[in-house]
Amino acid sequence: MESAERLDVNHQLGLSDLPYVIQWNDAACTRCGRCTSVCPVQAIEPGVYERRVVESTGATPLPTTVRRVGSCIKQVVDINRRCIGCATCRQVCPNDAIVPVFNPRNKFAWHMNQGGEPYKRGGRRNDTDASVLDQLKFTRISMLTDPALDAGRHEFRVRTYLGRNLPPEKLPIKVEDGLLLPDGMPFIPPVREIFPIRIGGMSVGALSPHMWEGLAMGIAYLNEVENIPVIMCTGEGGMPPRLLKSPFLKYFILQIASGYFGWDEIVHAIPEMQCDPAGIEIKYGQGAKPGDGGLLMASKVLKHIAKIRGVPEFVDLASPPTHQTKYSIEEAVAKMVTAMSMAWDFRVPVYPKISGTRTALAVLNNLARNPFAAALGIDGEDGGTGAAYNVSLDKMGHPIASNLRECYLNLVKIGAQNELPLFAAGGVGKHGNLAANAAALIMLGASGVDCGKYIMQAAAGCLGDEHNRCNICNTGKCPKGITTQDPRIFRRLDPDKVAQRVVDVFVAADKELKKIFAPMGRSTELPIGMSDGLSVSDAAVAKRLEINYAC
Amino acid sequence: MCRLSALVSAEYISPMEPILALETMKEGHDGSGLGLIMRDLGGEFESLKEYPVLSAITTHDGYHTLQDYMVDKGFRVKHRWEPRLKVTPGMKIQKRDKYLVNLYEYPESYEEATSEEKAALLTRTRLELRALGEADKSITVFSFWPDVVTLKEVGDPLEVGEFFGLDKNPVTAKTVFAQGRQNTNYAINLYACHPFFIQGYFTMTNGENTAFIPIREYLGSRGVEGYVGYNSDSEVFAHILHYTRKKLGYPLSYYKDVITPLKGEEMQRRPDAAILELMKRSLRMLTIDGPNCVIGCDIDGTVFMTQDAKKLRPGVVGGVNGRVGFMSEVCGLSEAVPGRDTSNDVFPMKYDLVMVRPGAKEIEVWNQLNGSMSTISLG
Repeated sequence: MESAERLDVNHQLGLSDLPYVIQWNDAACTRCGRCTSVCPVQAIEPGVYERRVVESTGATPLPTTVRRVGSCIKQVVDINRRCIGCATCRQVCPNDAIVPVFNPRNKFAWHMNQGGEPYKRGGRRNDTDASVLDQLKFTRISMLTDPALDAGRHEFRVRTYLGRNLPPEKLPIKVEDGLLLPDGMPFIPPVREIFPIRIGGMSVGALSPHMWEGLAMGIAYLNEVENIPVIMCTGEGGMPPRLLKSPFLKYFILQIASGYFGWDEIVHAIPEMQCDPAGIEIKYGQGAKPGDGGLLMASKVLKHIAKIRGVPEFVDLASPPTHQTKYSIEEAVAKMVTAMSMAWDFRVPVYPKISGTRTALAVLNNLARNPFAAALGIDGEDGGTGAAYNVSLDKMGHPIASNLRECYLNLVKIGAQNELPLFAAGGVGKHGNLAANAAALIMLGASGVDCGKYIMQAAAGCLGDEHNRCNICNTGKCPKGITTQDPRIFRRLDPDKVAQRVVDVFVAADKELKKIFAPMGRSTELPIGMSDGLSVSDAAVAKRLEINYAC
Repeated sequence: MCRLSALVSAEYISPMEPILALETMKEGHDGSGLGLIMRDLGGEFESLKEYPVLSAITTHDGYHTLQDYMVDKGFRVKHRWEPRLKVTPGMKIQKRDKYLVNLYEYPESYEEATSEEKAALLTRTRLELRALGEADKSITVFSFWPDVVTLKEVGDPLEVGEFFGLDKNPVTAKTVFAQGRQNTNYAINLYACHPFFIQGYFTMTNGENTAFIPIREYLGSRGVEGYVGYNSDSEVFAHILHYTRKKLGYPLSYYKDVITPLKGEEMQRRPDAAILELMKRSLRMLTIDGPNCVIGCDIDGTVFMTQDAKKLRPGVVGGVNGRVGFMSEVCGLSEAVPGRDTSNDVFPMKYDLVMVRPGAKEIEVWNQLNGSMSTISLG
């Protein structure tokens, strides 16, 4: 008998405190060891148990108590090796003998700051409620006086513009013999005609080589074979030199952020570029972690990443919260937009991306006055990230719907709603409704939307969810090989299959957008700002977004 | 769906003529209202073409408010025309207190004013009068412009025409637009009744404008006095015409390129392809998605008909030398212009802008795709 003192475990966590609990089936398990070998966090390990068994054997059996030793799979009760619920163990188990189960009464939130270090993770806001975007419905259905269109057979133009559209009053046009002709050679801002859903910035470094390669191949296929001009942003960290000098560069937006990682290599590659990039995105903020700069943990800075980024291997790459060479965003906008435009001789749209914020209007008004600013990207609180403090992810930031809407309505006030396109991000497709969320944002006033997490989930099977499942993108141990630089892990991810799924996603989204626009009678132009098409069953949301209330 | 009926004539005609054409298209409208605009006026108006005509409906109180306002602003009445109202038993029209068609002399301070300054004054006056009477519905003002009279009332078009006494005492004109309403807005508001007028440009439209809200917001944001109202989603067509012609200074044919821009590959056939691409981007918010058939009148009196790019609404143009009709249906055209050579009738398709200039000698069909004009001479 052990002493009472030795059973005093008050200072220890129990399995019931952990967010995911492993259910292991002793009878079904073959002890093959696959589960323990693939677990990215070593939350399970082979163990032995001693069991008291009552046996009756022999010709005149008498129940006898014996002690036997057996092997098992044990869950580790260590918060640093807690089960993350990824279920990779289940995926490799030949007999379905193991599965992690979410424990809704877990106490993880109270213990995740061990050693005085706040909890850091990847993923996005752990909020399982339906987002406002998912509450919006399309209720202006064409009937009788305006028959609905046929989504399958009608011709649709699902395109938008990235770049500044001159107001009609300023077009350099003269009339001669009843014809409109160019008048002089004034500056016409560069504009790209693109698909209204883009892949948002996810960096080489944050993503594994196979993931990035898969995305890039999918993008190229969509453009060159499917005739769906989807473009993708590089995120901060440059891009592979071979791609920089390839004819596929035109499908990519190069992102410059406060760490300027990769830009030495980009600038030096300019003379050898075969084409211009689709655009330059100046990142001032990220919806998932407003006020924080990018962060690439040392464990992910392997040789190939170090080379692309122009940094030493195995050092933490923390970008500052803001661009250090500037006093203010106003100055940054004025100088950086102009400087980046000059680098490509004003042939490339350059625009800033900010976190969703109550101060977005101030940025917007500055941009509206800047003739070189090509757009404004706004990234809402439901955006994703590869690494951030949990408190930033869960509690910082502004929802995208009202932020985007007030910006659009402000542009309407000053007559610049077509001049300065708004690109909305942050939670687009959060609950799997990519096209519907995109269409809703477009009707609230966005010229286009960005998605990132949705693509990782749909194209590569990212496991993360709003129950904090997995979300270890920051550690370099992504079980799917999406956000890791460890070749032993990322070789599990087949870039061809990623590319195939990227194509599937956008071909399907294109069809779904048409299924939304067709019954609303719209096909010639993207219904930007067609707010009469939307309704919501929450009166407060309807009032804030200035849309219809329906119930 | 509304029915539209417009006539361009070399001679002054009675507005009853397009109204009778509407009568033949009665299956298409529910008699919920008639809108009339008459331009290039004859009869007692013929010698007074330079004086702006205020077309309005008021209550007794509104009438005094309007009079006081106009006097206060320095407008002096030059001439009055009053409809000889005829109320017959069984007529469903509810007579209002005052139907005004007043010709004014400009305020003295405007004697040396430019036409632009005068245009701005007339628009501002119309809008201020509208605002004065909007809350208590005491003043409804339709147009204030030289050589143009507007009449609107709720009811069956033929009854309304007779109610105004137009069969006996018409305002004759060389261009008459008439619309028979099919009410889709439930609450009948005279401001929602076509045709819509702004500074010499006017349109009437058949169909439903699915892109109404972005277009309305865009027009409202251009800082142009007069881009207000929008009780009907069709009012934007008149303002787009005004914006295209007056504010941007584009030739009339580009109205088509504004509301229904060509696809990128289609533009390449046109000599102005580079401009079309720029226009398409910059004027994206004014692209319509239909279904709409638009009949409009340009500042110089050229009347046109055009369609949206894909859904289309019924519309036909045809006539004889000196008399051309723009109608929703052939039966209306046959009523208005009997005996014409029907092989010359034009049914505008998605690339067409069909135009007839004052005098109605020929029908011009501008093809957007080729940028070419073909002419049908009416002999």
